[in-house]
Amino acid sequence: MGSENLHEAAEALSSETKDTHRAITSLVEELEAIDWYNQRAEACTDADLRAILVHNRDEEGEHAMMMLEWLRRKNPLFEATVRTYLQSTGPITEVEKQMKAEGEGGEAPDASGSPPSLGIGSLKIETSSKG
Amino acid sequence: MDLLKRSIAPILPDAWKAIDAEAKRVLQLNLAGRKVVDFKGPFGWKFAAVNTGRLAMLPSGPIADVASGVRTVQPVVEMRTPFVLDIMELDTVARGADDPKLDPVIRAAERIARAEDTAIFYGYEAGGIQGLVSASPHAAVVVGAAADWPRGIVRAKEALRSAGVGGPYALACGRKAYDELASESEDGGYPLRKHIERNVLEGPIIWAPAVVDGAVLLSTRGGDFELTVGQDLSIGYAFHDRTAVELYLTETFTFRVLEPTAALLIKRS
Repeated sequence: MGSENLHEAAEALSSETKDTHRAITSLVEELEAIDWYNQRAEACTDADLRAILVHNRDEEGEHAMMMLEWLRRKNPLFEATVRTYLQSTGPITEVEKQMKAEGEGGEAPDASGSPPSLGIGSLKIETSSKG
Repeated sequence: MDLLKRSIAPILPDAWKAIDAEAKRVLQLNLAGRKVVDFKGPFGWKFAAVNTGRLAMLPSGPIADVASGVRTVQPVVEMRTPFVLDIMELDTVARGADDPKLDPVIRAAERIARAEDTAIFYGYEAGGIQGLVSASPHAAVVVGAAADWPRGIVRAKEALRSAGVGGPYALACGRKAYDELASESEDGGYPLRKHIERNVLEGPIIWAPAVVDGAVLLSTRGGDFELTVGQDLSIGYAFHDRTAVELYLTETFTFRVLEPTAALLIKRS
């Protein structure tokens, strides 16, 4: 069984939603693993064992970030929030307000509440023919 | 407040929405280059140049036995085109009008779309941009009559294939070429444009008013042509008096031809 945590019948869900569920579940597991290894490393008394646990914990950090990046690429919600909060500076609770004020990245609304750019972006027409 | 200074314009939010929506509609109709080239960005106002990865060697270093070079970059061009709107007309939107007169928005959107596409297709030397038609090493294919378009496109595709440029392909048509393809029919009465799209080109025909001398066949496989945008197309505020407000459409961008052989001009004689 892939996952027992679906909240709706699998037949009612799209493959995108199920893949997102898999990724979120995996991300949760990776973050839990970091927590567990962190606690074990701190509590254990053998230095060699601690080194291994710390190594494993750091590996889980990589796995978690890879999963987060997958979610960012696939999901507009993650894309927007990652751009806003990750690698920001200053008080985290002020980041969103600061972004709006500065119009960073050309995408946040300005003080009038309107988007500073018209949001045209790419208009490229995707075709499958190989000619 | 940012560079666009929209928050100090005497324009109500609903009127801003109407202006933005009209500009976006016209831009999406008129911008042809963005429908066929790769797009990078938008990177915002602070983005100044594209890293070309190249080094321009200097004739001598600061001291003996030290070679030096300067990293070359391609700076973005900042374009701006103004337009004036009647404040009373804009206020009608707040009173419920759903047909404000926004002709100046339409003209400005057409102008900046034409400017961007002219730079993409023919280049803009003063801005350090080489266009994909100007960069193409292929001799133009000449089409003598409307009925010759399919054969001309086949020859052009063959020229690209011979240069190692695979598809999918698209055809960016100037006004006259597009009108001709749209209005002509094959012997059996089947529209020429549809026949070309489905059976000859196997890709889209794009309305590209900036193309002035026929049509451009190009590969859309990716990696050949790159439009890099800093601040994407935006409307800003310049100034106002008692009756009118001057706004402008602006953007920062540059364009690079990475594979010159991936486009070919088809001229209509």
